[in-house]
Amino acid sequence: MESSDKGEVLLVEDNSSETELILRILKKSKAYNRIFTFKDGISALQYIYSRLEEENNLSSLPRVIFLDLKMPRIDGFDVLRKIKSDNRIKHIPVVILTSSHDESVLRECYLAGANSCVIKPVEYNLFVEYINKVVQYWTNWNKSPN
Amino acid sequence: MQKPVEILLVEDNPNDVELTLRALNKHKLANKVFVVKDGAEALDYLFSPERVSDGYPRVILLDLKLPKVDGLEVLSKVKSDNRTKHIPVIVLTSSQEEKDIVESYKFGVNSYIVKPVDFEKFVECVADLGFYWLILNKSTSNYERKD
Repeated sequence: MESSDKGEVLLVEDNSSETELILRILKKSKAYNRIFTFKDGISALQYIYSRLEEENNLSSLPRVIFLDLKMPRIDGFDVLRKIKSDNRIKHIPVVILTSSHDESVLRECYLAGANSCVIKPVEYNLFVEYINKVVQYWTNWNKSPN
Repeated sequence: MQKPVEILLVEDNPNDVELTLRALNKHKLANKVFVVKDGAEALDYLFSPERVSDGYPRVILLDLKLPKVDGLEVLSKVKSDNRTKHIPVIVLTSSQEEKDIVESYKFGVNSYIVKPVDFEKFVECVADLGFYWLILNKSTSNYERKD
């Protein structure tokens, strides 16, 4: 069952050069019809809640959220906790993209309900390869509720 | 010391087990798999006292339609116990039923994958899945923290 609407993806990231790079990969993948980027946690949450009020329709919600942890105003961890404690939106896959190697931080993320945690490689080519594969995985194989 | 188990595969269909192992071997991951055939065996394995000393698997691949204890019950037990809650659980099933998808996410599944019917596609899917969850995804240490 192919649908012409491939849905929407959110990218929440405060580093503009990383945003630009990930955005380019997302656009090239043609995996989503709508890509929205946010520079901090508050604007991402405001957006999600405004969508929720607009239409009470699961299919209008994002298919996946790529979330940085360290951000101004509400940080990624709080955004994650908020999403995963709300029954209306907790099914949206949240993939943490972080530069932290701290095991206790990652563990906290999993306990709060993160679907996946990926450490962003520092090296440019590896960064592109990893993000490409991450986008492909969540687009090609993962199935979210309709 | 025994090599740590990286993937716990919970699958009752022997053909699917064989195919899955073959696909994982594309990234040389097949020797890190521990296979159990039903939900009861999966729970016995995960909650055995040996896990505390030998470590937990880094990821669980879980079929839904299983004998004895079904996949959703295994998922809900794993995700409601602090010892195992952090382990990524990937449902790998032939069920495309919306009810199964919604329930799985409700119980906290990390990812839900419908087994491709086509042989080649199945192998590609499992190879990608192994690469994603063992190489790209960063899970935490498979030993329980003592602090």
